[in-house]
Amino acid sequence: MSNEAVLHAHSGVASSHDAGGHHEHHHHETFITKYVFSQDHKMIAKQFLITGMVWAVLGGLMSVLFRLQLGYPDSTFPWLEDILGKWAKGGRITPEAYYALVTTHGTVLVFFVLTAGLSGTFANFLIPLQVGARDMASPFLNMLSYWFFFSASVVMLSSLFVETGPFSGGWTAYPPLSALHDASPGSKTGMDLWIISMALFVVSSLLGGLNYIVTILNMRTKGMSMTRLPLTIWALFFTAVLGVLSFPVLLSGFILLIFDRNFGTSFYLSDIFVNGVGALPNEGGSAILFQHLFWFLGHPEVYIILLPAMGMVSEILSVNSRKPIFGYMAMVGSLFAIAILAFLVWAHHMFVTGLNPFLGSIFVLLTLLIAVPSAIKVFNWLTTLWRGNVRFTPGMMFAIGFVSLFISGGLTGIWLGNSALDVHLHDTMFVVAHFHIVMGVASMFGMFAGIYHWYPKMFGRYLNNTLAYIHFWITMAGAYLIFWPMHYEGLAGMPRRYYSYEQWESFKNFGDLNRFISTVAMIVFAAQILFLLNFFYSIWKGRKVTNQNPWGSNTLEWTAPIRPGHGNWPGEIPEVHRWAYDYGKDGKEFIPQTTPVGADESHH
Amino acid sequence: MTATGMNEPKRMHPHKFTLWVAMGSICMMFAGLTSAYVVRRNQANWLEFALPKIFWYSTFVIILSSITIHLSVKAFKARLMPRYRSLITITACLGLLFAALQALGYKELVDQGVHVLWQGSNPSASFLFVIAGVHVLHVLGGVIAILVIFIRAYSSKTKNYSSVPVELVAIYWHFVDILWIYLFIFFTWIG
Repeated sequence: MSNEAVLHAHSGVASSHDAGGHHEHHHHETFITKYVFSQDHKMIAKQFLITGMVWAVLGGLMSVLFRLQLGYPDSTFPWLEDILGKWAKGGRITPEAYYALVTTHGTVLVFFVLTAGLSGTFANFLIPLQVGARDMASPFLNMLSYWFFFSASVVMLSSLFVETGPFSGGWTAYPPLSALHDASPGSKTGMDLWIISMALFVVSSLLGGLNYIVTILNMRTKGMSMTRLPLTIWALFFTAVLGVLSFPVLLSGFILLIFDRNFGTSFYLSDIFVNGVGALPNEGGSAILFQHLFWFLGHPEVYIILLPAMGMVSEILSVNSRKPIFGYMAMVGSLFAIAILAFLVWAHHMFVTGLNPFLGSIFVLLTLLIAVPSAIKVFNWLTTLWRGNVRFTPGMMFAIGFVSLFISGGLTGIWLGNSALDVHLHDTMFVVAHFHIVMGVASMFGMFAGIYHWYPKMFGRYLNNTLAYIHFWITMAGAYLIFWPMHYEGLAGMPRRYYSYEQWESFKNFGDLNRFISTVAMIVFAAQILFLLNFFYSIWKGRKVTNQNPWGSNTLEWTAPIRPGHGNWPGEIPEVHRWAYDYGKDGKEFIPQTTPVGADESHH
Repeated sequence: MTATGMNEPKRMHPHKFTLWVAMGSICMMFAGLTSAYVVRRNQANWLEFALPKIFWYSTFVIILSSITIHLSVKAFKARLMPRYRSLITITACLGLLFAALQALGYKELVDQGVHVLWQGSNPSASFLFVIAGVHVLHVLGGVIAILVIFIRAYSSKTKNYSSVPVELVAIYWHFVDILWIYLFIFFTWIG
């Protein structure tokens, strides 16, 4: 392989040992090089996954805590004071703590769980295995990518323990709350740590993204043309492109924010009077500028979260329907269209900022255009399932659940994309319901689907199916029970981000509904504990995988040994002769990509 | 079906490709910063001031350094090692000189009464400081990269014949050069 030869010349990391064809036993690996500072993409993927899971538990727990406040606003829980101390005096979460919890929940779930935990895990794990490469283009940068993420995590975690609390101005970190130390308790040290953590996170994403792009474009095995790539890889490719092009813009927004916070500049600040401090000298800034820079990342970020889930779902649906994916090129084309449109719709988050209505109408048009590729994808998923020989594995269940959630959440996107409707719906619970279903829960479902499907490849063992089905049904039913009622609340005008609706005649009648939502949220959170038990128990005690290709899948990762070493394939990297979706062709159940095209085969 | 993965003796080196993607990413950051500049400039309370002459000198210096690093790559490929070593040394020194000249430029601005930071600062000057400052950090990153290949060039233990690391540094160096020329034109005529 020419790439290996090239890399071999001076890195010697990924491919210093492919000449003789014995991969399992070469350079000596210590605990540190194997499990901690590993340069093996599979180990890095697991590091991303487990760190992401830790954050998912923390972030999920935060949502349970603030749902407690929303569901039971007049009750006190003495145990809250035991765990949160002064942040829950008398057993009731303080307003400051409430905002800190909401902010951290958002930041953590969007960036640490659904960006690093999702695309970090599966891009690392699947790209080299599915394109047929020994490792990433630069295993060293890949390792750095994880450790930057880890440092970001440590800094973010430490911000929870500072005296003035973590940042509490919302995950979007709009100035002036984020730019002025005196704006709120969380705007002091908490915000400093938040921005350091996010800067580290951006670096991590960029290093990872660079590697993913280059590996996909440059390191494919012989015969693996772009149009033979599994859709997972296409989705991860567009995800990485989105990240590499949009995170730097966020970083530039952060740089200006840092200067406003610490060096007295006025990029975002103008004519501000802070209670207890007085009038500020800053003049000439524009807070809206930050919103532009933020949402130029923020909107592509939504697709950074969603596209990997879409890719994995496409793959899992096809494998478990025992049918080729319907409309492969349409799937690639729609991913491409989504990636382009992702950059052209950011101002739909800003309809009510005083945006020029004419400009707004252009953004409405571009936003609604996203419905076209989204509908193509949904159509193709459904037609892939149609008359398939469906195997309801846990991975498949979550994949189908993803499609359901994507439809439900996507439809409300059409409402919100209208600037006229948005005037009413903006900053209501309707928005919360929309983005949690379409981006949050749907992507979590994609992640679960991916974990259940590739777990045998990751750990060489199976997860327990019974627990998996219980996990699925509680999560699926819970997702709808939590977020469906929020649509009604939002349509009635109930604003989001409020600490309590008790004093408000018009929303008092939602008290019972809020209690219902909070109760379901706790049950769903408990079901995730079930998943964690299953996950960690099965790593060591799960049923062993004895079949190299347990799902009867066509893609390359299943041609590697059950527990592949660093370098993935002993001996030569397999050559690819066909696309990844020859299921049920010419009377054969499946034909792996490595099988040469026979003379008697019908057209492919 | 034609396979792009086949018959590829002339595929780009993966590290070089990585660098190109990274440069695209850096471009996006500066695109973000300069478009923020344009958006902000069209609003009220924007201080107009002339760019100090010293930025012309720094532009000249960085263009010169691009020439020297180009020659050093040629020297490396011709295995003219003493010439290569002195050329990359000159390049690194020119990079440091560039950074020093930029700093002098800010000083001149402040002397003229145009504040870039703290009280009385106008976003127009702060923007110049931040954008050019982020650029200087990228130049200094290039200087560090040169130091790495510099140490390699002087270490007697390893003989390195691959020109890839040197080419990587050179590509990056030309990139920060072109980036500065863009910023210079932007601040002088467009901004």
